Amino acid sequence: MKKSIAGGSGSAAGLEAVLPHPGTSQPRGLTRFLESERLLAGVLLAPTVVLLGMFIAYPFVMGVWLSLSSVSVGNPGEFVGIKNFVKAWNDSIFRTAFYNTFFYTFWATIFKLTLGMWLALLLNRHFRGKRIVRAAMLLPFIVPTVLSTFAWRWMFDPTFSVLNWLLYQTGFITTKLPFLSDGTYGMWCAIVVNTWRGMPFFAISLLAGLQTISPDLQEAASLDGANGWHRFWHVTWPLLKPVTLVVVVFSIIQTFSDFQLIYVLTGGGPANATHLLATYAYQIGVATGLLGEGAAISLFMLPVLFIVVWLQLRYLRRLEGA
Amino acid sequence: MTTPDLDVSNAAATKHAGEPTDVSRRTFLAGSVVAGVAAAGLEGILAAGRAPAHAQGTRINIVRWVDFIPACDIELKRQAVDASKALGAEVVFEFINANDLQARITAAMQSGSGPDIIHMLHNWPHLYANGLVDVTDLVEWQVKEQGALYGQSEAYTKVGGRFLALPHGIVPGLIAYRKSMFDEVGATTFPKTFDELRQVATKLKKKGHPYGQTLGHTFGDAPSWAYPLLWDFGGMETDKSGKAALDSSHSVEAVKFMNAFWKEACDEGGLAWDDTNNNRAFLGGEICATLNGASIYIAAKRGQEKIKDDKGEPMVRDIQHARLPTGPAGAWSYHTAFAHGVMKYGKNPKLAKDFLKWLHGKEQYAKWFQVAEGFSVGSTKFWEQHPLWSTIDEPMKGFRTAPDNSRTMGFAGPPNAKATEAYSKYVMVDMFAKGVQGMKPEDAVKWASEELKKIYG
Repeated sequence: MKKSIAGGSGSAAGLEAVLPHPGTSQPRGLTRFLESERLLAGVLLAPTVVLLGMFIAYPFVMGVWLSLSSVSVGNPGEFVGIKNFVKAWNDSIFRTAFYNTFFYTFWATIFKLTLGMWLALLLNRHFRGKRIVRAAMLLPFIVPTVLSTFAWRWMFDPTFSVLNWLLYQTGFITTKLPFLSDGTYGMWCAIVVNTWRGMPFFAISLLAGLQTISPDLQEAASLDGANGWHRFWHVTWPLLKPVTLVVVVFSIIQTFSDFQLIYVLTGGGPANATHLLATYAYQIGVATGLLGEGAAISLFMLPVLFIVVWLQLRYLRRLEGA
Repeated sequence: MTTPDLDVSNAAATKHAGEPTDVSRRTFLAGSVVAGVAAAGLEGILAAGRAPAHAQGTRINIVRWVDFIPACDIELKRQAVDASKALGAEVVFEFINANDLQARITAAMQSGSGPDIIHMLHNWPHLYANGLVDVTDLVEWQVKEQGALYGQSEAYTKVGGRFLALPHGIVPGLIAYRKSMFDEVGATTFPKTFDELRQVATKLKKKGHPYGQTLGHTFGDAPSWAYPLLWDFGGMETDKSGKAALDSSHSVEAVKFMNAFWKEACDEGGLAWDDTNNNRAFLGGEICATLNGASIYIAAKRGQEKIKDDKGEPMVRDIQHARLPTGPAGAWSYHTAFAHGVMKYGKNPKLAKDFLKWLHGKEQYAKWFQVAEGFSVGSTKFWEQHPLWSTIDEPMKGFRTAPDNSRTMGFAGPPNAKATEAYSKYVMVDMFAKGVQGMKPEDAVKWASEELKKIYG
């Protein structure tokens, strides 16, 4: 109901003053509605809010609900509290997957950072064909992961591996290396492929960071007698640190929740030795149909990723403050 | 011609920045709403709460595995055209990797939409019972027309007294072996026992031709080896009441055998194999033998111009088949049963059932059966009498009656949903895989036993 704008006396005269003319009430109301900046902002934001709600909030809430329920394929299930989490924690395969996820993320990130930094420093120099090399470097990042991982799987094939053939022909090995048929080898193969795929992201991001550093600083350091390492450590690195941190955090999030690469390369095998949390959650939740248990396994990733993001935001806020 | 809308927009565009633009904003918002609803034409659909008529009931989608005999899929596509004419509805086949079928079923059932009919392997109808239409009437019709079902086909599709999928066939697994290689080490007949097989294959591995067996997470060849090996040594997943009963000396003996067999006789890369790797390794001349369907023989026959042995002769002439050898407790096998399940969420289950009746009927099934060349056998003994078996190559004849010694998953208990869960988690396969990777046989059995107790109780 409309409120009086004439003092709210409640008198007949006051009411008379605010009562709209029957013929003009709709257009004026709509005009006022559309003229309100706050309402308009709400209307314009609404699609984004709806999309975020549909594709992020709803799946997340559903995931939490599933993890607290006994839902399995075709069965609505019931609330079971944290039973699924306890069951997962007592599951030896889950613990292997949990450890693997940290191991895989740690080493893949270290390699991607080291090699990405090295590549960025190289590409920051002037040489003939620089643009072509920079573009080519992005190929592993551009090619769909499933396709490139299939190619790697062929190279690591237990019977017809081209790498084994090459190493054998060049005299480095006398028997086949068990690239994917041994758990330890399999995990390192996955780390190699992840590094190959993710390194361009590090390199191109760090290269962008390097190009914002004024060459004058390097020159000044050279004049002061700093060698290459000193220039990198005391000039380049401190200025590159914020970019590096952001890139590392993004990479940790992506690597920690990696699915495609392991699914295609090893399928979590042999004997679950290369399962990550994402692939094991998929096997339990989707392949086996135990949706509640699968959701609980995948939610174990949440606190870790939350801490990583929180640390990043905290660091960036400190930088902004400085 | 200039539309009124364009006039308004142009008028608004000519206003100076900062001036009220009530007309364009109102027009924009009102126009957006109208355009959104009118252009999509969704109002009626939303009100009805169902898809437009042309998307209902006139199309049947079937998802099946990608057959190891590509000609079988081609034949089904051809039959789809005939079925479309016969039923007055469009029949569309989709073929996906068998290892992805379970994920597809879960997604379809949870979302309540997807293919009308899905290929069911093993005892999956038990796991997906809540999403499947009762097809007892169809099974009764099929039995009346084609005789009694093989034991595993019946046990795998009958859930609580009702049939929830229509048995389509069985892919038997026999050991494909290179006769000349076995002859070379003095084995002129295929080994009768697992111990004899171990001795012969050990000699062959030393000659560079190991036995090939997967212990990876893959739907067919891995369980087809792991389950019978356990049974043939006297082990069992559960007792007759369905309680976990794996932890026994028989199971330990089976794992001990596998460990020795693996190191002495097998291609140790098999831990990373899926169902296709052994086919490639065999046809590439790398391995002496492997447990498989008839696809290796059929591929070698169809590609005999290219697939040759060391002497340059077509490899197909050197391929024989044998049943799994006998263990201390018997000579059981595991043959993969296939069925078609009609999904409950489907818009037209009657049409789906009509199609299955058409597809499984003698006339159509015989055409597909003929193309399969013995790779798939029927789900009833009726198909053992098909003329195909009198003209088929000698090495293929063993497939005719192969399904007769098959046990079911979950043995000695029923092949229920828990048995499917144990299968889907690859517990039995991983028990052997852990053993060959160095875990003590007793510990491997204990690990698997604990996993089974979580499932079966």
